[in-house]
Amino acid sequence: MMAAIGIHSLEELYGDLSEEILLSDSVPISQGRSEDEVIRMITTLANRNVKGIPFLGAGCYDHIIPSVVEAISSLPSFVTAYTPYQAEMSQGILQVMYEFQSMICQLTGMDVSNASLYDGANALVEAANICLNFTRGKNTVLVSSTIHPFALQVLATWALGTERKLVLLPEIEGVCDFTSLDEKLTSEVGGVLVQSPNCYGLLEDYSNLAETIHAKGDLLCISSDPLSLGLQKSQRQWNADIAVGDTQAFGIPLSFGGPTCGYMAVTDALVRKMPGRIVGATTDANGKRGFVLTLQAREQHIKRERATSNVCTNNALSALMTTVYLSSLGWGGVKEAASQSYVKAHYLAYHLAQLPGITIPWDKPYWCEFPLVFHDAKKMRKYIQELRNEGIYAGVRFSSLTRRSKDELILLVAVTEKRSREELELYLAAARRVMK
Amino acid sequence: MSKILSDCRYSKDHEWVKIKEGKAYVGITDYAQASLGEIVYVETPKVGDHLALGDDFCNIESVKAASPIINPLAGDVVEVNKSLEGQPELLNQNCYDNYIYALDKFNQSEFDALMDSSQYELFLQSK
Amino acid sequence: MSERLLIELSKKGRKAYCFPALDLPRGFEEALPSLPPQYLRLESAKLPEVSELDVVRHFTRLSNLAYGVDDGIYPLGSCTMKYNPKLSESLAKLSEFTCMHPLQDSSTIQGCLSLMYNLLEDLSSITGMNWGTLQGCAGAHGEYTGLKIIRAFFLTKGETQRNIVLVPESAHGTNPASAAMNGYNVEVIKSNAQGLVDLDDLKEKLNERVAAVMLTNPNTLGLFEKDILSIGALVHENGAKLYYDGANLNAIMGMATVGDMGFDVLHLNLHKTFATPHGGGGPGSGPVMVTEELRPFLPRPDIRLTDSGYVFDWDQNLSIGKISMFWGNFLVLVKAYVYILRMGSEGLRAASCHATLNANYLLSRLKGTFEIPYGPRCKHEFVVSCQDLKEKYGISALDISKALIERGYHPPTMYFPSLVHEALMFEPTESESVETLDKLADTIIEIVKKGIKDPDWIHGCPHNTVVGRLDEIKAVKEPNFRYI
Repeated sequence: MMAAIGIHSLEELYGDLSEEILLSDSVPISQGRSEDEVIRMITTLANRNVKGIPFLGAGCYDHIIPSVVEAISSLPSFVTAYTPYQAEMSQGILQVMYEFQSMICQLTGMDVSNASLYDGANALVEAANICLNFTRGKNTVLVSSTIHPFALQVLATWALGTERKLVLLPEIEGVCDFTSLDEKLTSEVGGVLVQSPNCYGLLEDYSNLAETIHAKGDLLCISSDPLSLGLQKSQRQWNADIAVGDTQAFGIPLSFGGPTCGYMAVTDALVRKMPGRIVGATTDANGKRGFVLTLQAREQHIKRERATSNVCTNNALSALMTTVYLSSLGWGGVKEAASQSYVKAHYLAYHLAQLPGITIPWDKPYWCEFPLVFHDAKKMRKYIQELRNEGIYAGVRFSSLTRRSKDELILLVAVTEKRSREELELYLAAARRVMK
Repeated sequence: MSKILSDCRYSKDHEWVKIKEGKAYVGITDYAQASLGEIVYVETPKVGDHLALGDDFCNIESVKAASPIINPLAGDVVEVNKSLEGQPELLNQNCYDNYIYALDKFNQSEFDALMDSSQYELFLQSK
Repeated sequence: MSERLLIELSKKGRKAYCFPALDLPRGFEEALPSLPPQYLRLESAKLPEVSELDVVRHFTRLSNLAYGVDDGIYPLGSCTMKYNPKLSESLAKLSEFTCMHPLQDSSTIQGCLSLMYNLLEDLSSITGMNWGTLQGCAGAHGEYTGLKIIRAFFLTKGETQRNIVLVPESAHGTNPASAAMNGYNVEVIKSNAQGLVDLDDLKEKLNERVAAVMLTNPNTLGLFEKDILSIGALVHENGAKLYYDGANLNAIMGMATVGDMGFDVLHLNLHKTFATPHGGGGPGSGPVMVTEELRPFLPRPDIRLTDSGYVFDWDQNLSIGKISMFWGNFLVLVKAYVYILRMGSEGLRAASCHATLNANYLLSRLKGTFEIPYGPRCKHEFVVSCQDLKEKYGISALDISKALIERGYHPPTMYFPSLVHEALMFEPTESESVETLDKLADTIIEIVKKGIKDPDWIHGCPHNTVVGRLDEIKAVKEPNFRYI
């Protein structure tokens, strides 16, 4: 090979690297290791993690995943494929994306979905981008303070160092407070972002919200856990313009938080403002149906600095997992999973509410996650520890999300359809022991 | 050879402007439509919008490219070519017969500052 | 054979998955009040009703209509489609990783934190930087983060006038898009006749309003910016920061560090350089690495090693905040870490050398067939132009790509960077053998010969795929984005 190129040593290929840059040796990391050594190292590392029964939620949920999901998402031609820019040889990937988009539209009621974004928080950022780009002269987005605290931080970072403004809508009794919304929708406001189930797990009532917002020519974006849509009203039914969220609940394991899969679906009017890849159906010269990446003129590789979003890579393989999950469950299964999560969560909550020293505040509807407020910090620590001793992760401390001391007595408890009766009773028994 | 009409004035961003009945009609030139390829979408302003000189909010898209319309003179939008909604390819077929939008309350001096047909021809040759 | 949509294969009442029955005390569910009506969903969603075997066959057949690195060579310039090690796949599937919830108490996730910390250490060494974040989910995401860090840095210095980012004309589209997303204005630096940054143009464009210059090295033409130290000096003299787009790191791993080249901040593409799989478009991972000066601005939380183990550290008051919901694409990080452990320092260096060797070899095989606008040597990738073929015979870069598909190969990158007309960009990577490269080169040469003799054939390629060239205009004008 070197002869064909006309060189005598590999070093000649790096002749244009000056002395100051060219490394004589390599970088200071360890030498390579054999497969066996690496397996041992990683397994040892992994065993330092501690498994437990997770009653943990706050944006990442332990739902049942049919075994076909892993099997299909391990098929090598899916795993090792590139983005399907060459449509003729990528019909498999494109069709999966088309089916994914279709299913997201079915669940959210919206007209067009894209082929996934990084996660739910970044989907909210993209929704905020749309709110500011849909009409000229907008620089402000109204944001519910009951959106997941981490997602709020991601939005704040998006606004940092730019002309964009975020105005928080306050919280009242655990849900977003829309009092005086009309006054807050000034001419600089492009849209409103809300979340249901919200950061406490509570469902929010958006009756008349869209009307108020649309009367000002602004946009409404609702972020929802898509599995909750098996039970609660879809974003379209609330008349939202943009639906976003995270499809982690659909077939994606906890994975220490990543990779996951953000989704976004919009009304027809917004399709050209939507970021991310979109797959469309069309035909070839023989009239045969095929799928292509379409409306690429929106994207960074064409619009460059005029693109409203820089998104390139998406989460195609995670979207595949979601598509397989939804294909396995069907609508009946989605309703069943949503319903069982609802019932099991209410069962646990009902019994926990009987215990002294804890309260479930606000008496508002919720789906599968609810807040527990402890009266005493020491009892709360004991509670978490006792459950931990039983191999249970009792809940997420709300203060670990907000880092505010006033939230220190709140524990978010998530119960999915995956929690068996045995696990529920184990939880309750331990809780009773501590709180009696 | 790009088609250039003598009764229009031209911007360096390949828009033509023609005044008719007190309104300034704006469109794209033959050079522009040829560079874009088959046009699949035209984003037009709305009647009533005020456009400043140099505003670039409206886009023309083909499958593989997107180009903004750099507004060649300030004014208020009084007409928009609705047939471009269903048939954006009209701009490829006859870009001079198919305006995109028309402005009034424009400044005559801004119109006069645009290139005439021979200046535009020279401009294209230098590219 | 094309595959119907699963919804078209549906039969009412079929299902693939059955949930276990709700095993709560009888009467609880009945006694439970239902949600107030305004919350209730009314309409059903049309999802497939099929059996598990239907699901398996449908998606298996679809995977047969896809093409991965596991199927054949993928010489896509700028994408680094190297082999995805199966060891990385299996270790990322350990339940001790997949079952970890991101919000578990740190004492229960020491394995995850330790891996991330070790990875940050290794990436710091590999890039010659001080520290970084693993929160970025993709290269573009990393760019956005790095530029945000630069913005935050200048804000603390009161230099609010720095609102311009300079990018070369050969830059990947995400560079200017990421800058624009951060509210910067973008200006383009011209290339000189050698395809490198025109230093005079750079000098002219540098002023106190420039916040950053974004470069990749080697650049998107596969050429090493040999004046990189001068470029860095100019940028820093001007008070601006130098950003490195890590997409092309595969050319120089172990041969040079990004820090030594004078960069202040960079992103990496783990799904390129560090062999994590592309998955049909994602997930990727875009870590961001910085100098000590920029370290305080990194997203929070950081990971620290204390006497009681690894912890998340939220106490950085200069941090730009969060860029993802949780901590990054953890399972992708596992795969990259496994790759680094296996390759080691000498392996990474060898990978880069062989990537460059392979690219130069392929270039030598193709130079008789195409114009090579920049050369004679390249690094890990190179660009050819089909402009001559187009003018003489009407054969475009697109035609050659589609003919390659007909021959069973994935084409190279087409029409990028735009400063080369009818461009095809090849990046074979170090994974491919000389036999594979020879076969690819032979096929390309044969395609061009045949295309010249039979232009109708090449314009109609591919003829043997499940669909032929698709009507992209129809896809836009008659939109169909969902099945109902």
